[in-house]
Amino acid sequence: MIFYIGKRILQGTVVIVITAFLSFLLFNFVTDPVANMVGQETTAEDMEALRERLGFNDPVPVQFVRFMGNAVQGEFGISYQMQRSVKSLFRERFPATFELVMVSTLLALVIGIPLGVYTGLHRNGKIANGILGASLIGVSLPTFIISILFIYLFAVILRWLPPFGRGDTVAIVGYWTTGLLSISGLKSIILPAFTLCLYQLALILRIVRSEMLEALQTDYIKFAKARGLQNRVINYEYAFKNTLIPVITVLGLQVSSMLAFSVVTESVFQWPGLGMLFIQAAQFGDIPIITAYLLMATVIFVSINLLVDVIYYLIDPRLRVPSSSAAG
Amino acid sequence: MKKFLIEHIIDTDFFYQYRRSPRVIVASSIILLIIFSAVFAPLLTPHRPFDPATLELMDSRTPPFFQEGGSTTFLLGTDDQGRDVLAIIMYGSRISLIVGFGSVLLAMVIGISIGLLSGYTGGWIDSFFMRLADIQLTFPSILIALLVDSIARVLFTGSAQDEVAIFILILAIGISTWPQYARMTRSGAMVEKGKDYIAAARIIKVNPRKIMFRHILPNIMGPNLVLATLGLAGAVIVEATLSFLGIGIPPTTPSLGTLIRIGNDYLFSGEWWITIFPAVALVILVLSINILGDWLRDVLNPKLQ
Repeated sequence: MIFYIGKRILQGTVVIVITAFLSFLLFNFVTDPVANMVGQETTAEDMEALRERLGFNDPVPVQFVRFMGNAVQGEFGISYQMQRSVKSLFRERFPATFELVMVSTLLALVIGIPLGVYTGLHRNGKIANGILGASLIGVSLPTFIISILFIYLFAVILRWLPPFGRGDTVAIVGYWTTGLLSISGLKSIILPAFTLCLYQLALILRIVRSEMLEALQTDYIKFAKARGLQNRVINYEYAFKNTLIPVITVLGLQVSSMLAFSVVTESVFQWPGLGMLFIQAAQFGDIPIITAYLLMATVIFVSINLLVDVIYYLIDPRLRVPSSSAAG
Repeated sequence: MKKFLIEHIIDTDFFYQYRRSPRVIVASSIILLIIFSAVFAPLLTPHRPFDPATLELMDSRTPPFFQEGGSTTFLLGTDDQGRDVLAIIMYGSRISLIVGFGSVLLAMVIGISIGLLSGYTGGWIDSFFMRLADIQLTFPSILIALLVDSIARVLFTGSAQDEVAIFILILAIGISTWPQYARMTRSGAMVEKGKDYIAAARIIKVNPRKIMFRHILPNIMGPNLVLATLGLAGAVIVEATLSFLGIGIPPTTPSLGTLIRIGNDYLFSGEWWITIFPAVALVILVLSINILGDWLRDVLNPKLQ
């Protein structure tokens, strides 16, 4: 167990260091950072002096160590496009993305699990088949097209919900703002959160359904039926509980993929989060933000994957057999 | 009696399966139709959407023919510059298909080469490339495509960016999807490696490269082609998504995704056709490719029959 986790941590560290090195190359050598800092009237000598003072003439390993030191503290310099420090921009935008991902995860669970249980219990029912078919369509349509259709239907034709933005936000502590405490904020989050959760919703629905179907075939359920227990008790006390382990692991992995898809959703709904910040940076070639996002995404992905592995180990006792008796 | 080639094809089990599935006949006809109209777009449409001399600003934002104010000159209406929507969809699917096929080809070349090398030679080469594939597979491919695309765009800033946009996209999508082909090829190569014909080839000292590409590769092409078909649908979607986000194909030579992006601005003023028709075209194309890919997977897998 410890050996396995240690190996995974080592692997994750290697990935992060390689990505960091790539970001470092991108940050320092693709364009001239000094030329981006100074005005047009600066003389060549002044630029050279600035270069020397900021350490761009140091050996590459020294620069890399300095870059890493800064990166750990979240310092990625100043955004070319916004003329503000990347750190403050990320701080300001992070709560929006965090809220969006959390609300959609919650939606996916709250809608997906009951529908999965229902379709699992009513195997050949018309409604159940309809739900399954609809979930397939939801998965096969590209995210941004679903978003456009939702905006057209709910914002342009029906005028129920705002088509873009985050609504009014309330500051809680320091830089952390939330849109969940105002009516317009709540209304604004419905469309983007629902679009973002569709894929996860369909996935959870299908996993819960197949786990339910499997659980209902097992001997302990047959025995419970033979004992004459109520259907409600059998379905929810015995069968349903066993469907939750795969849901937890899938959810962990899906939170990280939601982070990736939030780029698309945020861009369509003009949601002022990290994804939109990244897209604007990519459009303008704003290297400090691109590098910061690259590193942040890598760190988040590696840690979530590690966390899921650990949780899997803790939840499923079958994986805890001593490695001498296991094949790998 | 000597049979013609066409009769051989009709006699095959493959064709028999094809004839029996109407869904697949419809899907493959749609794909052929879209490819045909994309390739021959200049001959099929009377409009020249990218020649400013033929555009009339008076024609701009004409609704489709079945709505009030529409005309049969522009069957699906026109966009903000007076370009015929049907014509720009035909030209747009051209770019989408070029990027789709190009990136699938690139991913296959990288993935199959690495897979053959890993599966055939084994050892540290194998573990190095397979760890790399494992790591890459933990990231969603769209995120990798996004990152590669944005980094490549930084390297080509300025006017050159629009000209190389297609190649940047092919590179980004190709790099983001190679591990699937590598894994599939590797496992196939490992099975084939143990068979007698490979041992025979080795004994008579055939060049290892020749063994890999001439002897092993043809035997493991089937599953790779299924992956490629499904991968084409995925590549078209990723291309459309990146173009929609404004970091893909530029509006001067739009792809389907770029068209949806342009049209999206007019959705709020009620001109729905500028964005909805390209979106419908994209969905139909992707859905048809997926249906064909699923069917190919079932037919080429003898265990399922």
